[in-house]
Amino acid sequence: MAGTHAAGVREPLVHLSRRTGMPFWKSWLIRLAALAAGLLICGAVAFILIEKLRDDPGKLGDFYCAFIKGSFGTSRKVWKMLKNLAILLSISLALTPAFRMRFWNIGAEGQTLVGVLGAIAVDFYLGGKIPEGLLIALMFLAALLCGGVWGLIPAVFKAKWNTNETLFTLMMNYVATFLVSYFLVIWVPSGSSSLAKLKYGKLPTLVNDYFLIVMIALLLTIGLYIYLNYSKHGYEISVVGESVNTAKYVGINVRRVILRTMILSGVLCGLTGFLIASGLDRTITTESVGGQGFTAIMVSWLANFNPLMMILTSGLIQILNQGAAQISQDFNVSGALPSVIVGIILFFIIGSEFFINYRLHFRHHKTREAIR
Amino acid sequence: MEKQLALSMRGITKRFGSVTANSRIDLDIYRGEILSILGENGCGKTTLMNMIAGIYFPDEGTITIDGKEAVIRSPKDAFEHGIGMIHQHFKLVDLFTAAENIVLGVREEGRYNLKDVNTRVSAIADKYGFHIDPGKKIYDMSVSEKQTVEIIKVLYRGADILILDEPTAVLTPQEIDRLFNVLRVMRADGKSIVIITHKLNEVLEVSDRVAILRRGEHIATVNTKDTSEAELTEMMVGQKVNLNIQRSEPVCPQPRLVVRGLNVYDKEGTHILKDISFTAMGGEILGIAGIAGSGQRELLESITGLQHVQSGEIIFHNPKKNQPVTFFHKSLARVTELAEDHAFHDPEGNPVSFRGMKKTDIIRAVLEGRILFNEDEIMNLRDKDPLEIRQLGIHLSFVPEDRLGMGLVGSMGITDNMMLRSYRKGHYGLLDRKKPKDLAEEIIQNLKIVTPGTSYPVRRLSGGNVQKVLVGREIAYTPKVLMAAYPVRGLDIHSSYTIYNLLNKQKESGVAVLYVGEDLDVLLALCDRIMVINAGEITGIVDARTARKEEIGLMMTRSNRARKEGA
Repeated sequence: MAGTHAAGVREPLVHLSRRTGMPFWKSWLIRLAALAAGLLICGAVAFILIEKLRDDPGKLGDFYCAFIKGSFGTSRKVWKMLKNLAILLSISLALTPAFRMRFWNIGAEGQTLVGVLGAIAVDFYLGGKIPEGLLIALMFLAALLCGGVWGLIPAVFKAKWNTNETLFTLMMNYVATFLVSYFLVIWVPSGSSSLAKLKYGKLPTLVNDYFLIVMIALLLTIGLYIYLNYSKHGYEISVVGESVNTAKYVGINVRRVILRTMILSGVLCGLTGFLIASGLDRTITTESVGGQGFTAIMVSWLANFNPLMMILTSGLIQILNQGAAQISQDFNVSGALPSVIVGIILFFIIGSEFFINYRLHFRHHKTREAIR
Repeated sequence: MEKQLALSMRGITKRFGSVTANSRIDLDIYRGEILSILGENGCGKTTLMNMIAGIYFPDEGTITIDGKEAVIRSPKDAFEHGIGMIHQHFKLVDLFTAAENIVLGVREEGRYNLKDVNTRVSAIADKYGFHIDPGKKIYDMSVSEKQTVEIIKVLYRGADILILDEPTAVLTPQEIDRLFNVLRVMRADGKSIVIITHKLNEVLEVSDRVAILRRGEHIATVNTKDTSEAELTEMMVGQKVNLNIQRSEPVCPQPRLVVRGLNVYDKEGTHILKDISFTAMGGEILGIAGIAGSGQRELLESITGLQHVQSGEIIFHNPKKNQPVTFFHKSLARVTELAEDHAFHDPEGNPVSFRGMKKTDIIRAVLEGRILFNEDEIMNLRDKDPLEIRQLGIHLSFVPEDRLGMGLVGSMGITDNMMLRSYRKGHYGLLDRKKPKDLAEEIIQNLKIVTPGTSYPVRRLSGGNVQKVLVGREIAYTPKVLMAAYPVRGLDIHSSYTIYNLLNKQKESGVAVLYVGEDLDVLLALCDRIMVINAGEITGIVDARTARKEEIGLMMTRSNRARKEGA
């Protein structure tokens, strides 16, 4: 028999309870506090790891400045950040309809890459042979088609045989990568290591090279926000995502919604692929998307699947990335440190969601004594 | 007779987030008594008992067992103190036998010897008057047998304080009698029995004392022999309640839904519904009684087009002869289609053809009521999905058992949930939230739904309010047939009576109401006829005004061969 008065009553040290209805400002205060805490820890880590800082702690100020300088130091850097933001944002937007449907599409990397491939293939074979306007239009269509097909395949299997979409879309990424390798072997003359930048098929320049891309991403954001929140399709997506049984109960054709939504998701990835191909690279490697298809998953989740919020979350990630790159340049550190810094800050920001959703109760003896 | 104190609670408080489930509760449990914990759903009965059983740990307060303060942090601790709880949802391994389930998790000296276990299980069963076959697999057992296993499991571990959470909810009247007899034997043996319940008649029948909880607070503990049903209700609800259902006589009932020879198999090929035939009349409530899982859900889902039907017919009668066609139930496309099939005549009796007529002229003719049906509309709904049924202009409303998993979308507000039935009406692919919002506000007002607003997620509403949202929407859809599966499950008394009244009003306006219920007293008071099903077969259809509870209880369990000879 346990528990006498003298021994005191043992009680679990901490227990959790869900909280609801936290005011808007308070949750943002927690997020900001988390960001600040993350930055502090980053400083501490940098202090330990970077020799220059240990020798001269006064440079810690420069360290934090580098975060800002990386994205806002020059107008070129600002535009570069905006361009990166736009690309990441478009991929995140593409994933969002699927995520709202609880269809865990983690194949944006592959869907975007086949989009790039489609556009580059058209450019490679038809560039210079047909009018530039027609070429760009064809590149656009090819990218959308390829992305759409890449999104449709796992959806068909999901709708028909209820296969696991997470594994399926993940595997499709590898198929896309090897497809690109295959075409590179055909296209690149032996001796050269990569496909030279193609002459034709360049997206028109408006203001500067990046302006058009940023505008397209912005329009896409607004369009998708309306689609998801104010259209019948968007409503069906939400119902299917929440409960397939409810969807069937009101006569929604669940299979059709899954197929339609995944085509949309793939097509939007393909569109991003077109922007990369025609607007930026005009060449292709297996790394053309550079892991942004995976980062986009986080962007979408962090924004709670809200397209407008994704501007913020993708912005945050790109600012961190460029800040970390600036630090590695300024302090002459290479390799993993920038990633460590980005990782720490994201850890804090994602972790803060836990404290927004849950309250911790610690053991407290006082109330107990009072009752006795 | 001096009673010996077994367990006492002092100042027990438990909070979940901002909700206080139990507030400073003092309660004593004596040896050799049956104590009822009475209260409405959500009043904290189960939470309180879970703290004795080691599922939750109290935020404040102390528990004393046999005069010593006890700390119960896990079900294992509870067993060490001789406390055993039989939960509402059984926790048994289906593939194991009764005996295997009973010894599961018990640490005993010596070798594992199933034969020895069997003898001991039989000894316990004999002592208290249980009937059990220790070698029978759980999946072969009825609900009542499973409950027996759960009780013996607890006794086997030497429990002398037994807590039963809603033990009668899933039993037939005969099984309830048997259970109560067993409980009385245990009481005579000096055990403390605690029953969590919200059924008054059972409280009065079996218990010695009643503790009443209301909104997490302990209102009073009274001796059963000194109290009455009315007094208990008043304490439970906090005000006087009229417990009568106003049942009117059906006014010229006409066949509305005729089901003939319905057979349904599930994916594994199990025969779920066997040759079901019945007629639901407009203007009456047809109750469907049966042990949970006898095919009630599949029957309703077959009618609504959610369940694939192997054979049989589901015929819908719309008494439309010489009545005008309206756009309320039918779309223009459907009206035109019917005209092609020569379904209409005009007020002079001439056949109607829309050939060569302009759309606006057709619309005007219909709106002016100049297009009349030749015959009653009779349609077979079999193999039609919910959308097709809707497009035919047939308004079937369905309040499914799983409210948030099927009837509503939990994360959406009331407006968006109203839209589930009507979202297709918007223009240009966009949603029209205006009308659903008006409807939401109307339902909130009419049914007195407590919510912070029309966009507040319905998942966060209380069970009663969730159900009002669902029933409200289904009624707003002006049904011809209204089907409701366990519509008052988990609801407090007030909400339950609101629902009964709504169903009655629908019946009075000529709707055919199908009511699947579990409380036989309610079925007898509310319905006009009661159809009893057992294992997917109809075992009888009785007049609810003359039938007796025991009679229905027998039909719920009896084998069906006897009936077939009679029928």
